[in-house]
Amino acid sequence: MNLLEILLAVPAAGFLVTLAMPRGQEQLVRLFTMAVSILVFVLSLGLISGYESGDKFTHNAVWIANPEIHWHVAIDGLSLWLIVLSAFLTPIAILISWNSVKKQVKEFFAFLLLLEFGLIGVFAAWDLFLFYTFWEVVLVPMYFLIGIWGHDRRIYATVKFFLYTMAGSVLMLVAIIYLYTLAGTFDYATILDLFRSGHIGLSHTEETLLFLAFFVAFAIKVPLFPLHTWLPDAHVEAPTAGSLMLASVMLKMGTYGLVRFCLPMFPNAAHENAWWINILAIIGIIYGALIAMVQPNMKKLVAYSSVSHLGFVVLGIFSFTQMGLDGAVYQMLNHGISTGALFILVGFLYERRHSLFIADFGGVATAAPWLATIFLISTLASIGLPMLNNFVGEFLILQGAAQAKFAWTAFAAIGVILSACYMLWMYQRVFFGSLVDEVKHHMPEMNLREWVCITPLIVMMVWMGIYTQTFLPVVSETNARILDQTGTAISLKSGGTQLAGGRLHAR
Amino acid sequence: MPVSFAPSSTDLLRFAPETILTIAGTLLMVLDPLFARKFPRLFGHLSILALIAAIFAAAAANSVPGVGFSNLLVVDSFGTYFRILVLSIGILTVLFSYSYLDREQAETGEYHALILFSIMGQCVMVTANDLIMIFIGLEISSIATYVLAGYLRNDKRNNEAALKYFLLGSFATGFLLYGVAIIYGLTGTTQLPAIRAALNAPGTSLMVAGVAASLMFVGLCFKVSGAPFQVWAPDVYQGAPAPVSAFMATGPKAAAFAIFLRIFLTAFDRISITWAPVVWVCALASMTIGNFAALKQTNLKRMLAYSSIAHAGYVLVALASNSEIGTAAAMFYLAAYALMNLGAFAVIVYISGKGEKHVRIEDLAGLSQRQPFTAAMMTVFLLSLIGVPLTGGFFGKFYIFRAALDSHLVWLAVLGLLNSAVAAYYYLRLLVVMYMHEPGEVTNALESPSFTLRAALVLPAIGTFFLGILPGTVLSFTQAAASFIK
Repeated sequence: MNLLEILLAVPAAGFLVTLAMPRGQEQLVRLFTMAVSILVFVLSLGLISGYESGDKFTHNAVWIANPEIHWHVAIDGLSLWLIVLSAFLTPIAILISWNSVKKQVKEFFAFLLLLEFGLIGVFAAWDLFLFYTFWEVVLVPMYFLIGIWGHDRRIYATVKFFLYTMAGSVLMLVAIIYLYTLAGTFDYATILDLFRSGHIGLSHTEETLLFLAFFVAFAIKVPLFPLHTWLPDAHVEAPTAGSLMLASVMLKMGTYGLVRFCLPMFPNAAHENAWWINILAIIGIIYGALIAMVQPNMKKLVAYSSVSHLGFVVLGIFSFTQMGLDGAVYQMLNHGISTGALFILVGFLYERRHSLFIADFGGVATAAPWLATIFLISTLASIGLPMLNNFVGEFLILQGAAQAKFAWTAFAAIGVILSACYMLWMYQRVFFGSLVDEVKHHMPEMNLREWVCITPLIVMMVWMGIYTQTFLPVVSETNARILDQTGTAISLKSGGTQLAGGRLHAR
Repeated sequence: MPVSFAPSSTDLLRFAPETILTIAGTLLMVLDPLFARKFPRLFGHLSILALIAAIFAAAAANSVPGVGFSNLLVVDSFGTYFRILVLSIGILTVLFSYSYLDREQAETGEYHALILFSIMGQCVMVTANDLIMIFIGLEISSIATYVLAGYLRNDKRNNEAALKYFLLGSFATGFLLYGVAIIYGLTGTTQLPAIRAALNAPGTSLMVAGVAASLMFVGLCFKVSGAPFQVWAPDVYQGAPAPVSAFMATGPKAAAFAIFLRIFLTAFDRISITWAPVVWVCALASMTIGNFAALKQTNLKRMLAYSSIAHAGYVLVALASNSEIGTAAAMFYLAAYALMNLGAFAVIVYISGKGEKHVRIEDLAGLSQRQPFTAAMMTVFLLSLIGVPLTGGFFGKFYIFRAALDSHLVWLAVLGLLNSAVAAYYYLRLLVVMYMHEPGEVTNALESPSFTLRAALVLPAIGTFFLGILPGTVLSFTQAAASFIK
């Protein structure tokens, strides 16, 4: 059992133990799950320090003999930070729910641990079947988190969320089984080798259909316009911890899947279909921003801003340039931090005022200046102010997209401008202006627990904005390998005939 | 040397499970007048003992595989698998019948004897090597089940269920018998291997064989409640006592699928080009009708009836793929389905109350707050019915659609899996009601489940997880068994 497997086993065991705890021991449940999640986070730091020594965390064993399904877990630069991000945010999710969750406390915290288990599993799985298993396992706790502890329209939102994801993922399952009938294995590394060595070849139609089957499953999760409609509902209705995990980590499952599976396995189809995918991404960027601008509800505003931000990520991925891909992966992490912070802060406002509507606020900065300051930092990070994290990601994406096709950058940049509009406008209406009486009496300053929740995120925003060297080299290295398997946009221009002749074997 | 009419000891061993069940069933009938008042639970205990003994006997019989009783009976791992499956279904049925019968004050030896006889018939079906034996087994099983469907004879819906089931069931058996007659006329035999040989020989009219196959298909399709012969199932499952509905949806269905596979993959292998497309259409129709009709149901039993039609459709997909891995997948799925369906019905037995007054979906409201254990168990079964990984239902579906893709039935696989996404909706509705609604009158009045009911919930849940996390053992057994039947 290596560290990565321990990282999977601890939250799973924690989930089972929490479920077995007697009812009524609410404080014990909180402390226990908190301890488990902090332990997982500390262990996940071991992944970073041990990352250099390569395959130390790989474990490949047969899980089911026939059809051969492997328990194959491993990490690379792409999954490393996403795993750390999941482990980093789970304790925060537990802490922000400390007092706000009042019914069925035991189940709530147990589901958060199950969610963590599933998320780490998704990013660690190197067997297609195992990946699918974790992909679906993640659905269950989130379904309950939204459905039981959510707001008024929670049931509609959670069922919609579940069915959207399920409908997309069954197509992916067909594609996975189809690949198995061709390759005779579910092991992703082996399948890639078989593709590259030419042992299995796909016809043009096969490749396109398989690509689409994977792509739709991931695009729903991202979510890519026009498959995004579940997202605002799910976010608005979810409890704060649910919104946090959903926005910060679960959406990344989709973009992670695109980078991990869609590009290396189906390079030709990815290149061919990139034009309309990028158009959808750009529509998503602008449409998400425009819709965000007119939202009366803060949570919905942040949710639509996610649609816009994730459009950037997709654009970066399908630019097929080193910079674009680096930016996309970096932006996945950035979005996790800054949007996570925004959801937490909106949650703080909700706990005080019991409203999510912008119109119910005004002058909060007078009553709670620290809260306003922290909110401002997060807002600026989300807009992409230099020295804060989102700037780096967006810049790299736009640069990479420009290398591929300048028009994409030109249109996508509109989204950056719009994001400043909607975020600052919301900030102005909530925090400035005249202090309403209801706000005045219900707006205490941040307490210690809230400080503990939000400080790590603020630190990360600055760190990731100033010193990218901590994170980016590992990511770049893996991305270079993925682009090697996929073929870059540059090599595509010069090597069109090479592409038509078969797979790219750029080394 | 004088001819001996006494069967050899090996033959007796091969037939031991059926013998045990027959003796036990008869014994229960005799004991009924003596102990019905004093020890009403005695009959349940005795039948569980008999069923466990029969499972051991079935395992022992598997150590002497081969044909017995002049080729009428064949003990192979395929038959053994299904024997053990229906016997286990019997144990679970008896387990959750305790509290049901207790509540309805209808504990009799007769009920348990009928269950045992029905299972005995199913054991005969799954090991039969001869169309006449299959017919006899089917009739023993069916007649016992007809009576069980109307067991609470003062209940109007029970009577309706029994009558409907009986009339339509006999009609369908007629079709089957007609097919058997034509086959006998064509080939001069009713033994499956001989029919196979006759059809493979040149000069046999494949058209007539096709007619016979289609008649038998109608009869069997009725028994497994596959579309377009599924119309009876919702009414009967809704009307019959809940434990009996659970039993009908799993035991007789598994046995019917066993003979379906055996007849069509061995005897009618030659004309598979003719029947495979028909099964394709029926599979898709069953899945679609079952799932879409279930969306609209408000009655739990009726919803599970439609869901069972849809699940029959999934197994028909395995049949349509007409391959060894298809057979193995069907075998695996039937076990997984039996576990999750029996579990779900056990919860219905628990909440329905005297006279089955509470069988609407809303009656589950807030179950998770009042009876968290039962709700958690129900969640396991529902997730398995949806087909979420790490449950048996997921692996079952996975193997079936893998078999379909292996046989190049790409569209059937795609449509089938999309169907399962539709199905997620109505199963989720139950989860919503259990977890996200406030407790209602029904759940507030519930008492903790009895020991036997707990067992009937925990055992299938363990089984569901076992099949979902470590499916290897069962799957390798089914694969070995599937290659064996040809």
